[in-house]
Amino acid sequence: MSSIPMEYYLILSAFMFCVGVAGVLIRRNAIVVFMCIELMLNSANLTLVTFSSYLGNSIGQVFVFFVMTVAAAEAAVGLAIIIAIFRNKKTVNIDEINIFKW
Amino acid sequence: MINLIYLTTFLPLLGFLINGLFGRKIKNEKIIGLIGSATVGISFLIVLGAFIQTLGLPVEERSNTVNLFSWLSVGGLQIKFAYLVDQLSLTMSLIVTGVGFLIHVYSIGYMHGDKGFWRFFAYLNLFIFAMMNLVLGDNFVVLFLGWEGVGLCSYLLIGFWYDRKFEKGTTSQAAKKAFVVNRIGDFGFLLGMFLIYMTFDSLNFKEVFTRAASFPIAESTFGLIALFLFIGATGKSAQIPLFVWLPDAMAGPTPVSALIHAATMVTAGVYMVSRASIIFASAPAIMTVVAVIGLLTAIMAATIGLVQNDIKKILAYSTVSQLGYMFLAAGVGAFSASIFHVMTHAFFKALLFLGAGSVIHGMHNEQNIQKYGGLKKYMPKTYLTFFIATLAISGVPGLSGFFSKDEILWSAYANGGFVFWLIGAITAMLTAFYMFRLVSLTFYGKERFDHHHVHPHESPALMTIPLIILAFLSVVGGYVGIPKVFSGKHGNLIEGWLEPIYAPALAKLETFGSHSHFEEILLMALSVAAALSAIYFALNVYRKNPQIAENVSNKFKGFYNLLLNKYFVDEVYEAAIVQPIQKGSEKFLWKIFDVKFIDGMVNGVASLVEKGSGVVRKIQTGVAQSYAVIMMAGIALVLLWLILSL
Repeated sequence: MSSIPMEYYLILSAFMFCVGVAGVLIRRNAIVVFMCIELMLNSANLTLVTFSSYLGNSIGQVFVFFVMTVAAAEAAVGLAIIIAIFRNKKTVNIDEINIFKW
Repeated sequence: MINLIYLTTFLPLLGFLINGLFGRKIKNEKIIGLIGSATVGISFLIVLGAFIQTLGLPVEERSNTVNLFSWLSVGGLQIKFAYLVDQLSLTMSLIVTGVGFLIHVYSIGYMHGDKGFWRFFAYLNLFIFAMMNLVLGDNFVVLFLGWEGVGLCSYLLIGFWYDRKFEKGTTSQAAKKAFVVNRIGDFGFLLGMFLIYMTFDSLNFKEVFTRAASFPIAESTFGLIALFLFIGATGKSAQIPLFVWLPDAMAGPTPVSALIHAATMVTAGVYMVSRASIIFASAPAIMTVVAVIGLLTAIMAATIGLVQNDIKKILAYSTVSQLGYMFLAAGVGAFSASIFHVMTHAFFKALLFLGAGSVIHGMHNEQNIQKYGGLKKYMPKTYLTFFIATLAISGVPGLSGFFSKDEILWSAYANGGFVFWLIGAITAMLTAFYMFRLVSLTFYGKERFDHHHVHPHESPALMTIPLIILAFLSVVGGYVGIPKVFSGKHGNLIEGWLEPIYAPALAKLETFGSHSHFEEILLMALSVAAALSAIYFALNVYRKNPQIAENVSNKFKGFYNLLLNKYFVDEVYEAAIVQPIQKGSEKFLWKIFDVKFIDGMVNGVASLVEKGSGVVRKIQTGVAQSYAVIMMAGIALVLLWLILSL
């Protein structure tokens, strides 16, 4: 465990985050976008755990539990919204959902 | 009664509110007329009471202030709504309410059957309210309130018959002309007030005048203040160059001409000059200007009056001429003589106008004196009273006009010089002439009206009784001002009464060498002889040999036309001032400045915003992802900046 340097974890986490961001920005399917958001959250979790382990401070791990809780709640609400939109618009393609303007 | 003086403004205001708000509902002319007249009549009684009370006080306690409420309080500027009850304001108040009351009563008869009867009485009461504020105010601001108020009422009443034609236009145009010309004067008055406040740090009469008498202030400052105040006076009192509105003001009903444009409002300028006598006396150059303008106005208006044919126009020019006399008196330092003439003029000129109204009433609204003639037997009362007023204005000895006019002419000679007296005396002669021309053409000679359509008749008692009272006053009114030469040790009563008001001003004025009694009596005899010969001449020409007048007017055709057209003053003003302003407003201010510049600016800002937002609104797609892209780009930029700045 200690033989793997911290940078490896951080690079992996950064890579995961970038994949998440790219997915959020370019994918059209709302479900996929949603999954990408989860990916970003988990990359942040990975960073927290890494620092917690290397610095010998457990606060980072406590944060991870909070993030997981929030992510679970967010998943529930987000999926409900997606279902509601699908019922209204018969689509989950977010480039067809342009209701954010007056 | 002095403490009740506020009722003299409150009651007419009440009358205005009742008649103005409910007059249309009341309908009954008797009730409306009663409300209108009674409020003014009671005011007159209160003023009379205050006058008698003041007479009983020792001289140094005759000036009383009645505080009503604090009106304006801005920083150091404290304006109280207060009335000053002193010799001058009481004299003016007596004239305003006394003559005003008679004219109100007369109007009940004159306006009988007019559809605007209630409106007429509402305006008349509003006028009395404003005029009383003007003469009673204890500071320049209350005076200005009244000053503007009477201007408004004048406008409303000139245009009272707004649906009637008047000369080449409508009565509304005459009303507008009066209002606009007055505004020019008011602007001068306002500037004068500002200067007074800057110089004396107060607008209260007593404070300003005490400071004016004692503070070391440059003569040029006084000159400027006096000049601005005098510009205000020329507007209100119809002097050169702002006299043009008064003849047109005859578009209003005749009682209005009598009340506003002869007896009271037009004398406001004289009152104001007289009130601010100390300021004028401290500026000798402006005093000369006042005297010269007065003199020029007097003779110019008198010459125009010689050839006019409209009975009211003649009287209007006569009023302008007499007002010129008053300013001549003020200009040579005879302030009490000018107020004396205000009083006698109020009596006989109101009487002349009311008499003219009675004639017009009996002649079915005909105003051309060439179409009258021989009315003496049809209207004996009107004729007799009119004749008395004519004698009074002509300066026939024993009647009121003689005393005041003589006082003015004598002061003009003593303080101004021989030329002032000469022109004044010539004016008096012209006055006698045109007045007797008017009387001859109206009441004597052949009947030149159409007997089938016009049936002259005497006016009802409601109209003739005020005439008789005014005729009485025109006869005896002058005996309060018997010249010192004749009255001996009692002296001139009205001069003695008003003397405390003018004492500071007279102390400042230079005194010219003394003159003998012989000189005074000689000049008096000369002017009387001139007036009497003019009367004889006028009677001779217009009663017996009307063709002489025709021959003369044919011989001097150019001059006759010049006079008939009032020296073309209106035309000159039209071409030199009105047209350029109208054309300039239309061609430049409207078509270019307003349309191109102001509208351009407003529309330009709007279209700039529209175009700008047309570009910017494309950012708002409504798609969540495009917002997210921008957000990410922003975060990336901030991160980049943080990293680079480390």
